[in-house]
Amino acid sequence: MMDWWHAVVGGLPFEWARYAFMRNALLAIAIVSPLFSLMGALVVSQRLAFYSDAVGHSALSGLAIGLLLGLADPFWAMIGFSLLFGLAVFGLKRWSAVPVDTVIGLLMSFAVALGVVLLSRGGNFMKVGHFLVGDLLSITPEQIVRLLVLMLPATFLVLRAFNALTLASLNPSLASSRGVRVGREEVVFGLLVALAVTMNLQWVGILIINSLLILPAAAARNIARNLREYVGLAMGIGLGCSVGGLLLAYYLGTSAGATIVLVAMGVFAATAIARAILFRR
Amino acid sequence: MSPGPFQLQMSCINAKRRVTCGDEGDGVPVERGWARHGGRSCGAGGGARVSGRDPGGGGQAGFGARHEPCGACSTDIRGLCVRMGSKEVLRDIDLHLHCGELVALAGLNGAGKSTLLRAILGEIPHTGRVLFMDKEHRRPVLPRIGYVPQRVEFDPAAPISVADLFATAVSRRPSCFGMSGALRDAVLESLGAVDAARLIDRRLGELSGGELQRVLLALSLTPPPNLLLLDEPLSGIDLAGRERFYRLVSDLRRRFDMAVVLVSHDLAAMVDFADRMIFLEGRVVCDDDPPKVWADPRVRLAFGLDLHRHGEGEGAPR
Repeated sequence: MMDWWHAVVGGLPFEWARYAFMRNALLAIAIVSPLFSLMGALVVSQRLAFYSDAVGHSALSGLAIGLLLGLADPFWAMIGFSLLFGLAVFGLKRWSAVPVDTVIGLLMSFAVALGVVLLSRGGNFMKVGHFLVGDLLSITPEQIVRLLVLMLPATFLVLRAFNALTLASLNPSLASSRGVRVGREEVVFGLLVALAVTMNLQWVGILIINSLLILPAAAARNIARNLREYVGLAMGIGLGCSVGGLLLAYYLGTSAGATIVLVAMGVFAATAIARAILFRR
Repeated sequence: MSPGPFQLQMSCINAKRRVTCGDEGDGVPVERGWARHGGRSCGAGGGARVSGRDPGGGGQAGFGARHEPCGACSTDIRGLCVRMGSKEVLRDIDLHLHCGELVALAGLNGAGKSTLLRAILGEIPHTGRVLFMDKEHRRPVLPRIGYVPQRVEFDPAAPISVADLFATAVSRRPSCFGMSGALRDAVLESLGAVDAARLIDRRLGELSGGELQRVLLALSLTPPPNLLLLDEPLSGIDLAGRERFYRLVSDLRRRFDMAVVLVSHDLAAMVDFADRMIFLEGRVVCDDDPPKVWADPRVRLAFGLDLHRHGEGEGAPR
């Protein structure tokens, strides 16, 4: 399939299509961004945007631990740490008297501080740069396969929980009267978000990954009238902005992840204006 | 207010209540939450205790046959206690709720009304049992519960339509994929029962308070429950809307033959509409015909009714 992709895209009459790294990046983004936006739609309606941001930051600790352990690829250490982070957030939310945003804030500071301490001790600061801003163009075909293998089951699980989560976000009692185990669904979804955010970190960067998750959904929310439009538009906007941003980054010679986020921000602004005009009473 | 037609009808119902009859309704109480796991065919997929027949009406539109009134079924709450920390919020609640009966649950703020409903829903830890009995089952089972919350607080700009709400609650298919024609027909029928079919494509945020409560009522009746819990469904709704809602509930509990527990501060209306009134104060203080509860000195004291004896709005039955 990879060969087929390279053959087809490589045949396009554009300068960028000649480069394997662009073709890889395009494939990765075409696969990941719609799935990521679908998840983002739920993150927005569950009000988990701060959580997903914090998960991204907590990966700094996972990264530092992975590097200290001498792993060549700290991927699994980061995944593991972010899942623990997610569990800690939901655990403290349930068993402490502290509001959930405070829980997230303090755990995020803890994880970042721990990461910085471990990195400074191990002398690994230099290796962190491309995790902070991400490097989409360095993605390899093997990494695309790994991304796909993890993202597809995660998306399947998210879709399966979609109704339960939506109902729970409207009214938890209503949801449990219909057999939804609200707490369990929340935790499972939180862990899936942690997984998805962390596995895409390396390509988009700790600092901006959250915008990629929630911007398409936020833009879609401005103009959607029902869930179908909401999710469909979010996925479409996510895909469009990602591909558009990647190509724009190529011609401008800028960072791909950050350019994608700027394009998505532009779309968000456009939908906000559209809403103001369309829904004016 | 004089004893209205509802009270007269009510006494007929009370008389009929204990008559046994062949239960031809669905009466298939499966585990709570079958709707999620059973898909659209209403009950049939619920698993555990389905008795051969498909109560879903064999693929027609609609969410299952109504339970014909029989007088033989009831929901039993036995020895229900709720503790929160060291405080006993509810103590030894024993209630027997007949199908077709509209029970008003009254009490001051903090008396444990909402807590009782949430315990019945299984949402908060409690001791004691909530069981449903009918002729079809040898052993009591969990009742199928419909629930209308007090006030749904949600983002008014949320992109969720009435159709989405139903799809989300009754179907397994992710509601972001839209709904099938058959499901849409069934939802229209459900909404029709509360005179809200025209609202199907409206966003929840566009509905008025009364419209939203009717939509939530329709949802709670989809599929028909054995026990319907209404938690102050009308706070903030105007008088005409409330009157209409009570009439609807009163009518529906007979059509669906379900027990209804209604938490309300609308005492005067409750005296007119309810078959029975329970005054709760951490435990059941009074449980009787509404006029008797209304006349009970403990209730009158708690609600300060005698202070208003000569006032207007309190409207005790005279």
